[in-house]
Amino acid sequence: MSRSAARNIPLLAFAALGACVPVALSALKADFYLTQLTMSAWYTMVALGLCLLMGYAGQVSMGHAGFFSIGGYTAAVIATAGMPSWLSVPAGVAAAALIAFLVGIPVLRLKGHYLAMATLAFGFIVSRIILGTPLLGQADGISDIPAYHLVAGLAISGRRALRVQNFYLAWAVVFVGLVAAMNLVRSRSGRALRAIRGDEDAAAASGIDVARHKLAVFVLSAVYAGLAGACIAHFNGGIGPGEAGIMKSVRYVALVAAGGMANLWGTLGVSAVLTFLSLRGAFGLYDDAVFGALLVGIMLFAPSGVFTLIRKRVLGR
Amino acid sequence: MGAAQILQYLLSGVTTGSIYAIVGIGFTIIYNATGIINFAQGEFLMLGGMIAISLHGFLPLPQAIALAVVATGLCGVGVQLVFLSWLRRPDILRMIIITIGLSILIREAALHVWDEKVHALVYWTGDETSSLAVLGARISPQLLWVLGACALMVASLTLFFRYTLTGKAMRACASNATAARLCGIRLPWLVTLSFFLAAAMGALAGCVVSPMTQTQYDMGTSLAVKGFTCAVLGGLGSVGGAVAAGILVGVLESASISVLPLAFKDVVALTIMLAILLVRPQGLFAAIGRKTGPL
Repeated sequence: MSRSAARNIPLLAFAALGACVPVALSALKADFYLTQLTMSAWYTMVALGLCLLMGYAGQVSMGHAGFFSIGGYTAAVIATAGMPSWLSVPAGVAAAALIAFLVGIPVLRLKGHYLAMATLAFGFIVSRIILGTPLLGQADGISDIPAYHLVAGLAISGRRALRVQNFYLAWAVVFVGLVAAMNLVRSRSGRALRAIRGDEDAAAASGIDVARHKLAVFVLSAVYAGLAGACIAHFNGGIGPGEAGIMKSVRYVALVAAGGMANLWGTLGVSAVLTFLSLRGAFGLYDDAVFGALLVGIMLFAPSGVFTLIRKRVLGR
Repeated sequence: MGAAQILQYLLSGVTTGSIYAIVGIGFTIIYNATGIINFAQGEFLMLGGMIAISLHGFLPLPQAIALAVVATGLCGVGVQLVFLSWLRRPDILRMIIITIGLSILIREAALHVWDEKVHALVYWTGDETSSLAVLGARISPQLLWVLGACALMVASLTLFFRYTLTGKAMRACASNATAARLCGIRLPWLVTLSFFLAAAMGALAGCVVSPMTQTQYDMGTSLAVKGFTCAVLGGLGSVGGAVAAGILVGVLESASISVLPLAFKDVVALTIMLAILLVRPQGLFAAIGRKTGPL
């Protein structure tokens, strides 16, 4: 079997698993899980984008909830203000990309602690602006966001009748996002990103345009986040300032860290499972604490992620 | 705007600014000893305030504050010993994520030990209605306590770093850890001490400011970001610079209230920080020729 075919086996398995889940759930009369599974797909998009930025390019962002909310709030404002309804999601994505571009040019010159603190400040600013702006609903957020109609009866909406459809739609977007990210990682640009993570000066010396690559991956990860935010605003029919909180940004970082940083499959797996459990309320009052403990635990004992730890400890290789 | 009103803004700006400066100095102390930015620095203020409020239930105020300061200092030591001391040459990204995770754990622990409500320590002298007239402006006596406590901390820290053997050893570590170790300075002990100092100072600041700004379990993050702003503005590593920067940020922030809605107060400080980081990453007051910087 050729190598490219071997690479595609996990993808096919992922697609098959995704296709089976709604069937299995409806057979078990448990299709109420679909709502949270759909939401966790959208959150997983954010984690995948952050995985490219943080895992592969080595640039930490403590402000990704900011891009998620920029996408979500832009879509929400457009959809509720009576503008053309097709515009909301593209505008949300474009707004996130534009702001990432503008913020990224100066901020990505920073490294290490400074970059972390600057992105943290960016996330804080976004959340404060949302809380202080009447147009964005302040503490109440924006509700009654209509469905987003795609082609031929497909719509991003939380209505019961569209539950299965939305599950497939969201995970199909994640699938496309995953394939795109994997292709990027394997490409010349992907190698450039890893070189930048290893040593920026060395990367620059080998002819890589460091600033440009960092900015490009920053904007791309904001596009993933903005798309997720815009879609989930339509899916939930509302968006609130909690989505922009620092804790949300930290959560995405935790998911990527637990997935093993430069590991798209790991991030996908950890994010799908943990986000679903969190949305189901499995962690109760300790929801945020679980993610904090996850961050500390993973970084102390298994900085290369849970899967590597399992492989080393359990399989012994 | 009358002169008295300007003075009022100025004084309240200097007060909040001196709290930011204390947080900034906390960053500086730990950074000098370890090269780590401790993202949980803001949580020490919250802990100090909360512990003092609880202890004040059955202890007189001075004892409650003293105990809270020591207890928070020991928390800092505990964090360092349990989570950080045994890591060998961790990379920066890992340290950032660990200290951010710790800040969340401390915050969540506080949420469960206390609650999500806003608490406040009693005024150190008088109460919320008492005020002093200073050149036509009316200020709370607590404001003088804040300024006094901050001045005391800065002065004693400066003396400590300049004249005591331990302080000199800490400065030696900051400038060259390897050389310091070759001279027989025991680094691990100094690192633990730096965490104690940073946490205890944060706790005292948290206690002195609690009557005016209240204490809530999630107050740490914004304080940390602003304190870091001051530390960087002042040129990371300098105590005097952090104070000057803190006062500058505090005054600008309190002046912004007269122009912008209150909700955007935090935005002002953080935007200043971003702007400064980008234009002058070595800090406004950094000594010329010093080689620390983000770029």
